Amino acid sequence: MAATLAPPRLLPSGDGAITVEFSRNIDDAANRRVLALDRALAREPVAGVTETVPTYRSLLVHYDPVLIDFDTLSAKLTVLAQLPVPATTKARRWRIPVVYGGEHGIDLEDVAKTLNTTPDDIVSRHIAGDYRVAMIGFTPGWSYLSGLHDSLHMSRRQNPRLLTPAGTISIGGVQTGVQCLAGPSGWHLLGPGDRVTFSAVDAKTFAEQDRAAGSGEMVAELMAS
Amino acid sequence: MSKLVISAIGPSSSVQDGGRFGAQRYGLTPSGAMDRIGLAAANCLVGNTLFTAGIEIGPFGAAFTAREGAVRVALAGAARNADIAGRAVASDTSVTLADGETLKLGFARGGSFSYLAIERGIAGEPMFGSMAVNARAGLGSPYPRPLQAGDELQVATASGATERRIDLPPPVKAPIRVVMGPQDDEFADDQKELFLDSEWKISATSDRMGYRLEGPVIKHLYGHNIVSDGTVNGSIQVPGNGAPIVLVPDRGTSGGYPKIATVISADLGRFAQISAGTGFRFQAVNMAEAQAEARKFAELLRTLPDRLHSIESFDLNIEALQDANVAGAAVSAVDARTWQVSSPADALTLD
Repeated sequence: MAATLAPPRLLPSGDGAITVEFSRNIDDAANRRVLALDRALAREPVAGVTETVPTYRSLLVHYDPVLIDFDTLSAKLTVLAQLPVPATTKARRWRIPVVYGGEHGIDLEDVAKTLNTTPDDIVSRHIAGDYRVAMIGFTPGWSYLSGLHDSLHMSRRQNPRLLTPAGTISIGGVQTGVQCLAGPSGWHLLGPGDRVTFSAVDAKTFAEQDRAAGSGEMVAELMAS
Repeated sequence: MSKLVISAIGPSSSVQDGGRFGAQRYGLTPSGAMDRIGLAAANCLVGNTLFTAGIEIGPFGAAFTAREGAVRVALAGAARNADIAGRAVASDTSVTLADGETLKLGFARGGSFSYLAIERGIAGEPMFGSMAVNARAGLGSPYPRPLQAGDELQVATASGATERRIDLPPPVKAPIRVVMGPQDDEFADDQKELFLDSEWKISATSDRMGYRLEGPVIKHLYGHNIVSDGTVNGSIQVPGNGAPIVLVPDRGTSGGYPKIATVISADLGRFAQISAGTGFRFQAVNMAEAQAEARKFAELLRTLPDRLHSIESFDLNIEALQDANVAGAAVSAVDARTWQVSSPADALTLD
């Protein structure tokens, strides 16, 4: 089995990090290899590696160039990245309430226009999705999901917004993401490998649930999987 | 215990230390000082460990007052006019404020950020191992936000130790060095050359998250969307509008724009100090050179204490007077009306 795994691409991210890239695309098999390499490094730490950041398709390995150089670390990572990927454990499944459009989804109309359809159609397509948490990143608690339907793929904004509100569900390229809770309390809620679906709620229900979440109550539902 | 009261302060000023590393996998941005040598030198002067939490002061004036006892501080990073009750204070020196005295600072000169270290640090509760403020995430201590006039920091009463100066290597006026990648293959050769051969300026919309660059438009080979992957301090992303953004300590831990190159770690502080509107260039170096520079930088940090000298008041005054003689516009550090402008973006262009 090990011999059949393709070697990853090792891309320099400056003098203190290597991007170990398994795929250019969103690909659950590649993501499993990312998580397997991450676990391998946690199990058998390499001296000089300071932290790792798993993403959809690559593992970013931060290291101290005073303790280990690029070539030495690259060689070690290449070997570890081609070890067999262990079978995945059972995933947790979450259902997250969402209010679409209006002040809570300022780009919904534009998304519908760009994709030549109605806002309602965008909502039903997004709700029909069965998503997997592929990575956490960008900002505390931001979950990147895989599983966005092809018909919802759209380009990121030409000029990135300076600020988007907490709790926003967004689409960027072939990705969708959710910041499930604002503030430090909810950071640990979703983890890589978890499954996620969305349920639409109206603005009044959303406001009630938002208040409940603000006082520490869990509004996302953990489903029997 | 004494208090250091923030009597006046401009935007982009916050408590920073070495940063909050180890949890980037949860989206926890590292933050930390924009210019690590600046913070380290200030801490070294007052006998602290190099990355003890200190005050990162943005381009504008500030004033700090000692209360309930004397407070020993040191100023490093971008040079400024500084005085205590009319007595000039030089950059890269320590000084003790008697109870009730105020240290007044003018604009940053030849840089953006200065660092005020306080002997034995600032009292606070580290969050995830660091006091560094990340205003967007509501993290940091003692205030999880930029500093404001009226804030009070609990600090140690001055030890009365002899004041010191530190002789740092002279400032380097050279291109900012980069290692190409990780996504340089998303750009044609002529676009990489355009990136390396052009003069760039830091946009006024820059902040502790990213420095937006003004210059030629860099075109992508395959469009501006990649599947998000991890970022580092110094990652140079190129979004759809072709204007590169250099990610700095409050960056997102991942991003979805192609990264043409990465600023080498040894040049990050020098890059962070380039003020808005000032022209600069990039220069590509190979990995061996970048890592040799990283080792030299680590050696400079390790040997900072060897660069300390005790000072006589005579030395101090000469240096301070020389500093004062190159003063620019007359601005009162404590009268906000002379330097506060409507927004940080406007303000940066005035620097």
